Amino acid sequence: MEHVLLSSAYLFAAVCFILSLKGLSSQETARRGNLYGIVGMVFAIVATVMSAVVDAYAVIGVAIGVGTLIGAVMAARVAMTAMPELVALLHSFVGAAAVLVGVASYMADDVHGSRVIFLGEVWVDVVIGAITFTGSVVAFLKLRGSLSGRPLLLPGRHALNAAMVLACLALGYVFLQAEGTTAISSLAIITVIAGVLGVHLVMAIGGADMPVVVSLLNSYSGWTAAAAGFMLGNDLLIITGALVGSSGAILSYIMCEAMNRSIWNVVFGGFGAEPAKPKGDQPKGEALPVHEIDASGAADLLAVAKRVVIVPGYGLAVARAQHTVKDLVDLLRDRGVDVQFGIHPVAGRLPGHMNVLLAEAAVPYDIVLEMDEVNEDFHDTDVVLVIGANDIVNPSAQTDPSSPIAGMPVMEVWESKTSIVMKRSRAAGYAGVDNPLFYLDNTRMLFGDARESVEVLVGTLRQAG
Amino acid sequence: MRLGVPREVAEGEARAGATPQTVARYVKAGWDVVVEAGAGTRSEFTDAAYRDAGATVTDDRAAVWSADVVFKVQAPTPDEVGLVKEGGVLACYVDPARNQTLLGMLSQRKATVLAMDQVPRVTRAQKMDVLSSMANIAGYRAVIEAANVYGSFFTGQITAAGKIPPAKVLIIGAGVAGLAAIGAARGLGAVVRAFDVRPAVAEECRSLGADFLMLEFEESGDGGGGYAKIMSDEFIAAEMAMFREQAQEVDIVITTAAIPGRAAPKLWMADMVQTMRPGGVVVDLAAATGGNCELTVPGETVVKHGVTIIGDTNLIMKAANTASRLYASNLRHLMDDLGKTPEAFDVNMDDEVIRGATVLKDGELTWPPPKVEPTPVKPPPVAAPPVPKPDPAVAALAAAAADARRTRMVPIVGAALLVLWVALKLGFGADEASPGTIAFLQHFTVFVLAVFTGWQLIWSVAPALHTPLMSVTNAISGIIIVGGLIQLHGDPTSPAALLGAAAVLLAMINVAGGFLVTQRMLQMFRK
Repeated sequence: MEHVLLSSAYLFAAVCFILSLKGLSSQETARRGNLYGIVGMVFAIVATVMSAVVDAYAVIGVAIGVGTLIGAVMAARVAMTAMPELVALLHSFVGAAAVLVGVASYMADDVHGSRVIFLGEVWVDVVIGAITFTGSVVAFLKLRGSLSGRPLLLPGRHALNAAMVLACLALGYVFLQAEGTTAISSLAIITVIAGVLGVHLVMAIGGADMPVVVSLLNSYSGWTAAAAGFMLGNDLLIITGALVGSSGAILSYIMCEAMNRSIWNVVFGGFGAEPAKPKGDQPKGEALPVHEIDASGAADLLAVAKRVVIVPGYGLAVARAQHTVKDLVDLLRDRGVDVQFGIHPVAGRLPGHMNVLLAEAAVPYDIVLEMDEVNEDFHDTDVVLVIGANDIVNPSAQTDPSSPIAGMPVMEVWESKTSIVMKRSRAAGYAGVDNPLFYLDNTRMLFGDARESVEVLVGTLRQAG
Repeated sequence: MRLGVPREVAEGEARAGATPQTVARYVKAGWDVVVEAGAGTRSEFTDAAYRDAGATVTDDRAAVWSADVVFKVQAPTPDEVGLVKEGGVLACYVDPARNQTLLGMLSQRKATVLAMDQVPRVTRAQKMDVLSSMANIAGYRAVIEAANVYGSFFTGQITAAGKIPPAKVLIIGAGVAGLAAIGAARGLGAVVRAFDVRPAVAEECRSLGADFLMLEFEESGDGGGGYAKIMSDEFIAAEMAMFREQAQEVDIVITTAAIPGRAAPKLWMADMVQTMRPGGVVVDLAAATGGNCELTVPGETVVKHGVTIIGDTNLIMKAANTASRLYASNLRHLMDDLGKTPEAFDVNMDDEVIRGATVLKDGELTWPPPKVEPTPVKPPPVAAPPVPKPDPAVAALAAAAADARRTRMVPIVGAALLVLWVALKLGFGADEASPGTIAFLQHFTVFVLAVFTGWQLIWSVAPALHTPLMSVTNAISGIIIVGGLIQLHGDPTSPAALLGAAAVLLAMINVAGGFLVTQRMLQMFRK
């Protein structure tokens, strides 16, 4: 009877998780989707705690209480601009938990049926868990800026990766055969090697590819939960892990498609390693003249515009300029200007990053459009404000087949009458590619911190009435 | 390659398939454009203007029709079909549901026909949606026609000679035409009320300044693709009762209710007309499909019980110049999607919008098209109750419904399963029927089905929600906590229990953090 109850509770939780993901498909139902997720999780946890195998209630109470507290504080404190870091950090917890569960389960010797299969499952769980853990920690540090965004490319890194995978496999064979301390120590070594592999894999990936990496780690965190499910013979873990795993995989695929790159290229390519060398017949970036403009000049352009499109990039997040930009939007809309946002699929460091920032600033989501929706209307646009974006507005993706970003769909801002590019400095974007947009005759460069520049814009426009 | 723009021969048709502006763009893209003399006369475009834009203007009908691509408005007459170039491309209104014989004739010419009235109503195709651009004009003209007949001001006025109340306008059906009518009537100063069976459009109506009449009834009339569906009898009864009440108050009624492929629903009954004050006006924009008002005479303006009922089926022709411009620019956008230049011109059947509009491809009937996901997508409203076990049939069906993009993955998944099967076969050998192997295979079945379910769910997530999706999946992957909890039994100081407790703690950070931060983010999304 007990078993039936537990299974039903798990099944109910699994259905809740499916509905949760379904709910996330549109803004109207998203909150309900989150609620389903919470309900499912509460059911799963309560049912497990109530089941006969669990009786260390005091320990559980402390662990759950402390964990909830830490999680809640982190969630409440995090700035929306730091969302990518938080997500990466949370992924690392899943990875670490999976490793712990794997080792614990091995020690408790929870064999359900075949021992060989069980040990194989422990191996898979620990390896994926360790890769997820250390990879996410590195991603977190990179996103936070504690580590350089530049890819670290060791010589012979593919061979190194292959060697580490082979070592894990070989030690896995030892682990299968061995007993007692030998087995435990080989499992520990496997964990360490997988951890190093995770570090190395993510270290080799450049900053511009972070959206893919984060969603890939999201996927891994799902697969590791599924592996734990196999290990423990628990269908709820398998279902949930598979849902999360395929979700992350699809997101990674969507991101890659948005950059016109294959997933292998992202994971193993080490793209953006060094700044693209300017071609021989073309003088270096600094030498080419740009049309510089100051904030009041930009305000003049905006004052007479009828249609304005704002293209935000990671620089908006860095400068935390979303609220100021919202003020600008309100001001322009009050003056009857048609204002829209154009969001590139990989703008920011996380899929949908820009949407979250703009939502935080209470920008109505119906004026926040996707790339395809605004691209064809740029020729009817008077002013495009490019705020802290670079690679996603780079025309060489379409014109220069030798460019590292060739073929990536970009926002065709140069089709508009005037583009105002707000940029902190003259440096190249994350992809390390020079941007011919900056030298076009209908482009105006507004150098400086994005938030300060927009503040001046707002001030000037207010005074002009 | 040549692009032909014939003169429309249908009576009352004042539009043309191209304007000098669009012709100039086609010429620039490299097309050899031939316009029949007089093609634009009725929409105020002179032959000289077309010539200036770079077109050849000719009286020779056959020369225009023999072009590789023909852009026109109305479906061709039998005479015109005979002139269509063998294997040529034709874009115009077709109404394939009612014009089967015409399609048969065109099919013999091996023609490719793009029906402008069949362009799927998805976001990307809005720029070529002639139904919307024409409905916009019709809605505006409906108000102008009503104002013309109505014997008083639209705006209320208080004058030295006394007070004049504002006109009360009721607009039934808040599609494109209805919304345009709301805007126009508000612009003239009337008090505007609007009704639609789709409660979702209430906000749009209010944003234009209309009061949205709510029916105390739980039924959404959303039939997909921006259209309404047929409603239940109870709903219609409630609706009628409300209209009878409104009939006592309103001066002007504009009806725009249409259901695709059917006669217009009768909504404004004879007795409602009778209830209206003499001098009232009814403009029936659905007159062409029989009319929403019982007393409408399609194509005519009649006075019944002192109320003028306008059943003009060709209101847009009263704004022929604008109608032509909009129609021609819809065609121009279509041309962009067909490749823009003569070299790149291709009726690409893999493009969902082009596929939807194409009713004949090289003489082969391609109508009706396979169903396209309508906008907006509404997820199912209620939670499914827990069922005894996952139903493999449901997941399999969902998997079968995968679209072309997803089916690319099928061979990969198939290959992965094959490899796994071989591995199991070799790995277990004689052990094949042992309980362990069987349990593993059962778990594996669940796993594969769950992967498919996730695969099906995630494609529908809006890109704007990718970050919340990620944090929610992140929270959900904290389900690993169950694995930690299971270790917590017996001696709490055993190594397994300690590791388990640590896992529970870490996973719980994830669960709490993930859900709360998602909640925080989602609260920010607002329209």
